[in-house]
Amino acid sequence: MFEMLLIEGLAIGACYGLFGVAVAIIYKTSDVVNFAQGEMGMMSTFVAYHIMTAYGWPFYIAFPATLIFAILLGMAIEFCFLRPAKEPTVLGLLILTLGAEMLLMGLAGWKWGAEQKDFPFLLSVHKTVEIFPGFALNEWTIGVFVLTTVVMVLLFLFFRYSKLGIAMRATQQNENAAKIMGIKVERVFSITWGMSSLIGALAAMFFAARSVLDPNFMMEPFMRAFAAAVLGGLTSIPGVVIGGLILGIIENFFGYAWPEWKPIVAFVVIILIITVRPSGLFSKHYVKKV
Amino acid sequence: MDMKRDYYEDIELFKSSTVLVWTIIFLLFLFTLPLYLPSYNIYLVNIILVNVILAVGLNILVGYTGQISLGHAGFFAVGAYGTSLIMMHLHFPFPAAIIIAALIAAFLGFIIGLPALRLEGPYLAIATLGFGLTIMHIIGRWEIFGGRMGITAPPLDLGIPNSSLSFVIKGDVQIYYLILIMTILLVIGARNLMKTRVGRAFMSIRDDDIAAEVMGVNLTIFKTMSFAVSAFYAGIAGGLYGFVVSFFDPFSFNLILSIIFLVMVVVGGLGSVLGAIMGAVLITYLQYDLLKNVENLPYLGGLLVAISKQWFTVIGLANFGGIALGLIMIAIVIFEPLGMFGIWIRIKKYWKTWPF
Repeated sequence: MFEMLLIEGLAIGACYGLFGVAVAIIYKTSDVVNFAQGEMGMMSTFVAYHIMTAYGWPFYIAFPATLIFAILLGMAIEFCFLRPAKEPTVLGLLILTLGAEMLLMGLAGWKWGAEQKDFPFLLSVHKTVEIFPGFALNEWTIGVFVLTTVVMVLLFLFFRYSKLGIAMRATQQNENAAKIMGIKVERVFSITWGMSSLIGALAAMFFAARSVLDPNFMMEPFMRAFAAAVLGGLTSIPGVVIGGLILGIIENFFGYAWPEWKPIVAFVVIILIITVRPSGLFSKHYVKKV
Repeated sequence: MDMKRDYYEDIELFKSSTVLVWTIIFLLFLFTLPLYLPSYNIYLVNIILVNVILAVGLNILVGYTGQISLGHAGFFAVGAYGTSLIMMHLHFPFPAAIIIAALIAAFLGFIIGLPALRLEGPYLAIATLGFGLTIMHIIGRWEIFGGRMGITAPPLDLGIPNSSLSFVIKGDVQIYYLILIMTILLVIGARNLMKTRVGRAFMSIRDDDIAAEVMGVNLTIFKTMSFAVSAFYAGIAGGLYGFVVSFFDPFSFNLILSIIFLVMVVVGGLGSVLGAIMGAVLITYLQYDLLKNVENLPYLGGLLVAISKQWFTVIGLANFGGIALGLIMIAIVIFEPLGMFGIWIRIKKYWKTWPF
């Protein structure tokens, strides 16, 4: 029982962590907390659903098409909404992304209605695979672990060795200095949003396979993922994933002990932790200079 | 805009006799409003006034002190449930009940203000968001709060119930006068608060908290006080809201409601009482009236139905309200960060020197 709870908690936590990474990439590069992230993932998942059900195309076509759509959606939101805003405040950015969230949610509700749908995903929660004798995991869990590991390794290599990744880090550290060094900062932001939207769409499809598909389905996972990201420290990508895993485990164990308090226990823990460590567990505390 | 020559001019309530006359005319209009409005619209006006109280309170926190709150629906819920439950179970008269409920909300605001001392930006947003969700779930789970089914507000009794002093208020019009008087008092209260030492301390924290601390503003006291005052306003608004709608359940106090409260303040204009009032009026009107039956609008409604038939679903057109609100939020940040108050100031400036 204990192992099952632990593994399930780790799996859902990895999913939170993956989604939290999408939030953290944008925050790292451009200091924007993207409250529309959940709805961007929701929109992409609905596009995949639409391709599969309305056109009847198989999953292996719908999946890459959705990922391309996710990248374009992220870039479009950055280009249409964030770029025209001149020197917005933190609150202004919050309102901007919340506005994008309500816009996307309204569009999805308008197009696909509010009723709940089953998302036909490649990996099922119900089919189990025996990895070695006496130890079985369901397909979904394996998929999440594999995907999270792959994304983390790719991101590590990307931010460490690729020119673009280094340019992103430079933009985060000092936007003006990056501009002087010849980095097209606006293009970097655009690519960041595309990347983040891609990762968000991947995680959102996993969430949809686990629960149901409706215009609100990403709201709860997004808040958990955001909380996980804050818990780990928004600026450290491994920290975000670890934060997600911690959150998943806490939530699963508390959920087993007191099922009715499951939705809020994560938030109570997080409020307590960030009260003690205001910048999260794994990021350096940022001291404001006068 | 105009020069102030002594301290008295800074603190006086009405800048000139013109403002005074127009205010009196406007108040007379408000007090005679039920004579010319049909009763459904009085219900709408009641909700608008409740939201005005809340927006003015939230503006103290967001606009004047520069903190972010995504949890004001929680304080609102505490006010609504607190007032109704105190009146139902303890049989307190309404004025005592609403003040006790608002003080409970203020105490919770003080508690949530404590972590806010160390948090800023996104971290504060997630902490307040978590608070709002927690309140919603606690109310939804505990049987004493009526559970998920919601509760019905008791009769609104200004005096002591079941005695000769009982004075029950019934109907939208009578509630309207009660809410109107409270709104006027609370708006004047907020306006005056901002002209005292406390208000100036709030504004100095918004402009630069380190500089404020160096100048001797006690951040601990004033940040938590700002949260508490704001929560007090939200509690009063919630208490009144309960009697306006007369039936409410925990899930109406969700995150979307907190977002809409924040939108009222930002759309109206941060850091101005007038702006908060304008924002609350506009957003509430859009939400409860204009966008609710968007297909009945002239021209636009037919077009939207046609678009729905062609590409979307007609039944999903109810979601158009969300789309419109989202676009308003985005447009305000991009084009007019000062909100409606900024537009008002520009119009005033333009006409002041017209035709030059």
